[in-house]
Amino acid sequence: MSAEFVQLSLTPILTGLFAAMACALPGNFLVLRRQALIGDAISHVVLPGIVAAFLVTGTIAAVPMLIGAALAAVLAAVMIELIRRLGRIEPGAAMGVVFTTLFAAGVLVLEQADTSRVHLDVEHALYGSLESLIWLDAEGWGSLADPAALAGLPPELVRMALAFALITLLTVLFWRPLAISTFDEGFAATLGLPVRAIGLGLTVLAALAAVAAFDAVGSILVIAMFICPPAAARLLTDNLARQVAISLMIAALVSVAGYVLAGYGPLWFGRQDSLSAAGMIAALSGLALFAAALFRRGGRRAG
Amino acid sequence: MIGALGSALMFQAGYNAAIAALGSALFGAAAGAVGTFLFLRKRSLVSDALAHATLPGIALAFLVMAFLGGSGRWLPGLLAGAALAAITGLFAVSWLTHHTRLSEDAAIGAVLSAFFGLGVVVLSLIQTLSVGEPAGLDGFLLGSTAGMVRSDVVTIAAGAVVSLIVLFLARRPLALIAFDAGYGEARGYRVRGYDILLMGLVTAITVTGLKIVGLVLVVALLIIPPAMARFWTDRLGVMLAVSAAGGALSGYGGAAFSAAAPDLPTGPVIVLLAFVLFFVSMLAAPRRGILARALKARRFELAVHRRQGLLALSHDEPIYDRLTLKVLRRAGFVRGDGVVTAEGLVAAQAARDDEIRRITGERLFPQAASGSVLDPLDVRYTPDEIAAIERAVSERTLGQPEGAA
Repeated sequence: MSAEFVQLSLTPILTGLFAAMACALPGNFLVLRRQALIGDAISHVVLPGIVAAFLVTGTIAAVPMLIGAALAAVLAAVMIELIRRLGRIEPGAAMGVVFTTLFAAGVLVLEQADTSRVHLDVEHALYGSLESLIWLDAEGWGSLADPAALAGLPPELVRMALAFALITLLTVLFWRPLAISTFDEGFAATLGLPVRAIGLGLTVLAALAAVAAFDAVGSILVIAMFICPPAAARLLTDNLARQVAISLMIAALVSVAGYVLAGYGPLWFGRQDSLSAAGMIAALSGLALFAAALFRRGGRRAG
Repeated sequence: MIGALGSALMFQAGYNAAIAALGSALFGAAAGAVGTFLFLRKRSLVSDALAHATLPGIALAFLVMAFLGGSGRWLPGLLAGAALAAITGLFAVSWLTHHTRLSEDAAIGAVLSAFFGLGVVVLSLIQTLSVGEPAGLDGFLLGSTAGMVRSDVVTIAAGAVVSLIVLFLARRPLALIAFDAGYGEARGYRVRGYDILLMGLVTAITVTGLKIVGLVLVVALLIIPPAMARFWTDRLGVMLAVSAAGGALSGYGGAAFSAAAPDLPTGPVIVLLAFVLFFVSMLAAPRRGILARALKARRFELAVHRRQGLLALSHDEPIYDRLTLKVLRRAGFVRGDGVVTAEGLVAAQAARDDEIRRITGERLFPQAASGSVLDPLDVRYTPDEIAAIERAVSERTLGQPEGAA
């Protein structure tokens, strides 16, 4: 049982955990800045970038995909800005025009391209495939200390852990400027902080989280983790550091609980097949937000 | 493929393809019209939450119908489930926005992802249960007109037509509130009630379009055609018509394309067609398009240079600016070697007279001027004002030595 758990469940759980926390961390600032839908836009735009990278290189290696997704995110930002300025269209609609168009283009190219050799399709892009990230080289908990078995870890897990570490490091390093410019951009500017650069940096951080998480957990879970845990934490505290900590806890909790519920829940009803883990985690995170909202109903304060 | 597309566009690809194309066009027109009000009310992205929230409704409706013993694919049943779920999602967004301190964008994102996640879970449950015939359910994600039958089209057409009729009946209050909600309230309209009506229409359109465009992209047909129409006009009636036409064209083209290439999802094709229309409009629309505005700016720039050049000539000042020299040379006011021509002298004198009148007008009627700075005097002032200006100018020039004005 435990060997099977390490082989089949440990790596997906850890990948989901790191993905959830990597997205929730920048999500705190997006929610406070009222830019939550940037997370939505980014996670849609990642698809055409990855598809383009696949068309150019013919593989789904990590580095070209990251570059492709980053380029797509930049292209989307430029398009939104151009349409907003040149077309004099409000930001929400401009964003809607751009991300639906880029996503549509990504889907069409993906349907046309020959992706039979690689694991890349639209459903995969939406829901991810957490369940497939198994660790075949593991023979039990002892494998965690065995270098040969560790070399066989799913690359998605390693990538996600690195991304989470990098995002945490950057957030800690730039905590003060990020916090000040989030709450009072004007004040931050008078302090001489580069407000625009900080805003752009936050978007890049979010894009990094989205790209790293994308092929493991799918875009829908990315959006859920950007928004639901930070929003729930926002309802429970007024202190930014505490909010971030609570959001990370919620993200960790729902990712583990969601995976267990999806993977083992059907067994409790005597059924063998598992449900979609990414979907379950997203739904649970919404439930967590709902619970927090019920708990603090009417607790409406300034900001 | 091209031949197949051509025949599909001309309604010659068979009966089913033809009615699917007609249904899609009708849906596109209704989406463009309803989207116009959503666009003006600046609430375009609420519809994205609503669209994603339909997935659990579709999946649960399928389960219920399959357990009741059918194939689970009866379209009106699926759409009813979708509508219920969408309304629930809409209430969730509204409740989170009004009863907690979360902003609307966070509420939209949270509802969108949580509902969609729930839908994905129920879909995965359906796959394990092996009840009904779930094969067509994927089509609701990205749209598929290829397998549509006549009753599907009738359902969609009915939804589109009813939405259009309701929109037509409520167009005046909806327009008033879209432009100025405060004024609408003061006039005694129940703003909240009409907002609910508008969101009800958006729900109807979203649900109607699920089969055609798919829930991931249906929001595009509510946003892109109105944004496109905005380039062509400042008038609501015209904007509604242009937006509806753009939506109809995209829907029709997408369905025809789908008939020619049934493996492609319809939604992305429709969205890209709508974007092409949007892009062309943004570039080429008269007055509000980018090209038209650039041309206008260039014309203004040349007119300023011409005028400043003529005024400089009239004061015998040297001109160094290259563009000014070029403009004057092209008009024949200055020769290639820089010497002023006879026409140039006449024009310079006229420009100077005009400038004196403008300065006088500015002094006499500081508030009165209308139109742009370079518009002729009789556009900027009324005949009475011009007469007063003429009097002031002639008194001044008679009373003072020539050239001192």
